[in-house]
Amino acid sequence: MSKVLTASLEWIDARFPLSKMWNEHLAQYYAPKNFNFWYYFGSLALMMLILQIVTGIFLATNYKPDADLAFASVEYIMRDVDYGWLIRYMHSVGASFFFIVVYLHMFRALMYGSYKKPRELIWILGMFIYLCLMAEAFLGYLLPWGQMSYWGAQVILSIFGAIPVIGNDLAIWIRGDFVIADATLNRFFVFHVVLVPIILLALAVVHIIALHEVGSNNPDGVEIKKNKDPKTHIPVDGIPFHPYYTVKDIMGVAFFLIIFSLVIFYAPDFFGFFLEKNNFFPADPMKTPEHIEPLWYFTPFYAILRAVPDKFLGVVAMGGSIAVLFLLPWLDRSPVKSIRYKGWIFKLALLLFLVSFFGLAYLGMHPPTEIRTFFARLFSAMYFGFFILMPWYSKIDPTKPVPERVTH
Amino acid sequence: MRRLILALILFLPASIALANEGGIELQKAHTDINDKASLQAGAKLFVNYCMGCHSIKYSRYQRMAKDLGLSDAEVMKNLMFSGDKIGDTMTIAMNPDDAKRWFGVTPPDLSTIARARGTDWLYTYLLSFYLDPKRPMGVNNLVFKDVGMPHVLWDRQGWQKAVHETVTDAHGNKHEVIKLELVDKADEAKAKSYRLDVLNLVNFLDYAGEPAKLQRYSLGWKVILFLAIFFIFAYLLKKEYWRDVH
Repeated sequence: MSKVLTASLEWIDARFPLSKMWNEHLAQYYAPKNFNFWYYFGSLALMMLILQIVTGIFLATNYKPDADLAFASVEYIMRDVDYGWLIRYMHSVGASFFFIVVYLHMFRALMYGSYKKPRELIWILGMFIYLCLMAEAFLGYLLPWGQMSYWGAQVILSIFGAIPVIGNDLAIWIRGDFVIADATLNRFFVFHVVLVPIILLALAVVHIIALHEVGSNNPDGVEIKKNKDPKTHIPVDGIPFHPYYTVKDIMGVAFFLIIFSLVIFYAPDFFGFFLEKNNFFPADPMKTPEHIEPLWYFTPFYAILRAVPDKFLGVVAMGGSIAVLFLLPWLDRSPVKSIRYKGWIFKLALLLFLVSFFGLAYLGMHPPTEIRTFFARLFSAMYFGFFILMPWYSKIDPTKPVPERVTH
Repeated sequence: MRRLILALILFLPASIALANEGGIELQKAHTDINDKASLQAGAKLFVNYCMGCHSIKYSRYQRMAKDLGLSDAEVMKNLMFSGDKIGDTMTIAMNPDDAKRWFGVTPPDLSTIARARGTDWLYTYLLSFYLDPKRPMGVNNLVFKDVGMPHVLWDRQGWQKAVHETVTDAHGNKHEVIKLELVDKADEAKAKSYRLDVLNLVNFLDYAGEPAKLQRYSLGWKVILFLAIFFIFAYLLKKEYWRDVH
């Protein structure tokens, strides 16, 4: 039996680099041995991507992208399709969990300087993944065709209308109609299930290839490739990804799935944060809801948009709040990568950034008042300040010496 | 950890703000979709009083029979009046255009109303009708101002009237509050049993909003138990593999 298997593998390897790829990406990919809690979220993000694709395929077999049928087809999935409710909740809760995982993954990069040379491209590719994810979430949220789907999309698409000269025509071109309508739903469905997932998958593969080319960073920000065993040429602080990190990540997946299941089975709408109450009213173009707000993962950027008095400049600020993240590798002038060896200035800046991000997330969920607008402006300034002032404060930050080898 | 604390602090006001949206304070409906007797009573009220105008078109009679612990024959005899088949969805015969002419608005389908409004809202709404001669149906509602719906269940509650009171709060500010009182004090016993009717009805609507909730609760802990055991083995496997990493 094993003889047949070996022969088969040789046959394949002569025609396709199967063993080579297995070794390069798993069995002989050497990852630092000091990964901590924060390093689970990369593999979890990959799992969430696959889970969303698989559950999405099942949903698409019963969903109808038609303004007259969409809401009813979702209820049909929830009631008449065997375990349709489970698949649907895995997908809708999955979307929020995907964002939680991705935000923690990005925060990890921020803490340990994973975006710094030589990993700038990994960060940029990751940012493109994040952009696609936002597009995917926005497109998908229209599909249940509830009141929030409809009016949320109306608000977001009106953002395009704020662009001078071409804005209105652009918004009509995207919608395919003068308002959000059947044509919009149909094309959003196509973008959501075909166009964006293809780009997302491709970007995820490229992101991982780029990571495996330069090697993983770690909580100490030490380059393990600088310290190789003279005979084997294996990094002394590296361990093969498989089996060490595969078994560790399986443990992480099991723990994550317990939390995920708690929400799916016992709080799938998560108190209105994952599925909004208003979205259980079918879309009605004649009835504007009192408050229109996006789902939680967009609210920080929505708060920045509203904080600026001029609509077009608000759009520019919102775009800028995401665009500035792309520049991060060149804004950070610190000689060290990890927060462990950075000084108090960076730690304080990161804390203020966190406060502003959560503050904006909260403000984006609520209708603006005078005091809320004041705080939205303050937090927006803090958010941008973190990035714009970084070249200066990261340079004068009193850093500590980085050890030669990784610590425990 | 710091993130978590921050998240908790920031999300707390959000949940409080959500709780009292809409003006008047909502009364808590302590519904329990595992209470089959309550669901059955609610279903009976629904088909007798509500289904003249409101459909629950995404629910099916047969599914309801199964979930409420009734036989098909019982449902056909007691809860179906229109010659529908047991596998049909719970639709109504009223023409939406006629309804709009009669009530000013087409009575909405109530399949997902409990998910959209919340059970507390529905409970308070059904308890808050009062006489108002200015309205075409002679009644108004504290929760849903100038609602088009008449007080269909009035014979089970008795009429209520609005009493305006001025109260002084802790800061010394005077507010006018509206309280509801029975017109006829003799209806008190009836009004008390009406609260139970409303609870049963809201419980049924909660079930109808998401029949899968029954499955969800019973499957959830089994899945989580499996994952917990799986986690223990995954942890032991990881520990075994990592013994030689120093």
